[in-house]
Amino acid sequence: MAFYRPAAWQKPLSLALLCALLALPTGLEALGQEFYIGFATRVLIFALAATSLNLVLGFGGMVSLGHAAFFGTGAYVAAICEQAGIAEALLAFPLAMAAAGLLALAVGAISLRTRGVYFIMITLAFAQMAYYLFVSARAWGGDDGLSLSRRMTLAGFSLASDTALFFAALAALTATMLLFGRLADARFGRALQAIRENETRMEALGYPVFRYRLVAFALGGALAGLAGALLANQTGLASPGLLQWTQSGTLLVMVIIGGVGYLYGGVVGAVVLLMLEETLVGFTEHWHIVLGLLLLGVVLFAPRGVAALFGKRHG
Amino acid sequence: MAEALLEVRRLARRFAAVDVLKDVNLAVESGEVHGLIGPNGAGKTTFIHHVSGALRPDSGSVHFAGRDVTRLAMHQRVAAGMARSWQITNVFRGLSALDNVALAVQGRADSGSSFRFWRPVKGEAAMFDAAQGYLEQVGLQGKADAVAGNLSHGEQRALELAMALATKPQLLLLDEPMAGTGPEESARMVELIEHLARHVTILLVEHDMDAVFRLADRISVLVNGELVCTGTPEEVMNDAGVRRAYLGDHL
Repeated sequence: MAFYRPAAWQKPLSLALLCALLALPTGLEALGQEFYIGFATRVLIFALAATSLNLVLGFGGMVSLGHAAFFGTGAYVAAICEQAGIAEALLAFPLAMAAAGLLALAVGAISLRTRGVYFIMITLAFAQMAYYLFVSARAWGGDDGLSLSRRMTLAGFSLASDTALFFAALAALTATMLLFGRLADARFGRALQAIRENETRMEALGYPVFRYRLVAFALGGALAGLAGALLANQTGLASPGLLQWTQSGTLLVMVIIGGVGYLYGGVVGAVVLLMLEETLVGFTEHWHIVLGLLLLGVVLFAPRGVAALFGKRHG
Repeated sequence: MAEALLEVRRLARRFAAVDVLKDVNLAVESGEVHGLIGPNGAGKTTFIHHVSGALRPDSGSVHFAGRDVTRLAMHQRVAAGMARSWQITNVFRGLSALDNVALAVQGRADSGSSFRFWRPVKGEAAMFDAAQGYLEQVGLQGKADAVAGNLSHGEQRALELAMALATKPQLLLLDEPMAGTGPEESARMVELIEHLARHVTILLVEHDMDAVFRLADRISVLVNGELVCTGTPEEVMNDAGVRRAYLGDHL
């Protein structure tokens, strides 16, 4: 392995992409395609969720099948806050991140004592427990979920318009990508990547391996919580389905398609998967068949993911 | 005699129905090179695993620098001043030699917390200077930028030593440092260990008898999980129990 090193063109391309995204709502409005602002927001939110999983999976080497629990928890905390009269995102979003992060800390503290397939199973089990907890919680709407009566405000500005929410999601994703990019080169990121490659060696160099993994797992959980809170604002609903294992599976598929361990793996995967869904749903209900074929193709022909086709991880 | 730096008391470990280690007592004095020899399957590597913390004993205890470390995890023992090398080379093959050692420097308590998420490591000149210093100690100063996986076997063994040294150990546990090296590389490794022995206490597991008898101040012999003898190289060479263990099958 080598430490993650982005290709030279990655920075200018990210900046160009960011500029394009900043102009996107205006452009879509000019074209009369406002509908797609909502769609683009959804992509950004899932890009954030998939990126948070990529931190855990790609950089930490932890194959978690329970990431949706943190995603869904973030959504519920946002809905609960809104119902309780906390309609300011600057308050509600950090709360959602804290709750999801703490849950991840607790789940990780137990799960990270196992390895391999046991880790996959135990994270899945915890996520299913969280799912059934929300399903059976009458106060929070049980099966139906908990709805938000209106979108929140961010620093006093209403997120009610799709454009406003789009920019909020873009800000969250941009900040996360910035942190993620810095983290990969910082002490923590280097230690985490080395642990992914050879944990015994790192333990023998004096690193408390468990603690590093746990911090990465909790950080990933907190960022998933932020994505969940954004999604609840967009759809106006926190439903138990967000915590279901199929949702964890979708996030995993996004990361695998995009590129495990690539900075932009989660983003690319979310874009590909959601655009595919959006396009194919118009033709057939059975769009999952095409998704299956795509996944097969990626695994066979681009096993490191789509992002790997454009850049090298190994410097 | 100086106080023992490492003291292993009545260490026992059973795997299934096999007693791999039977009440082993062993003390390594501060400043010495202590050889540990024995026929294949005697339990030498298992013993090192128990000292380093990779495995926990069924009974008995490990004391290091006047402290009971039996319950401590491997990383805690490293922090306490105990470093090890492996029988099979264990380096990060995709990283440069310098990055390998820099990771070891970074992990040390005196180089500050590794829970830093923002500042790039590349700017930490002190860390890489220190790492370069350890590469020089093992004769790899010219290979800093070489990818570890492309180094020769002997160079990888030396790199592993540099990583162990970078943790600033009081005690080095070397598990067959000559394993798989040619005669020339072997000779260089002996020289290197002789040089290191001036600064650090060493427990050396090795099959190369010439090397052990040349390097060790004292030698312990492990046979079928039992420690049959500890003494100076001459004492061990003349010990009847040792002769029986090594030659017994042929008598």
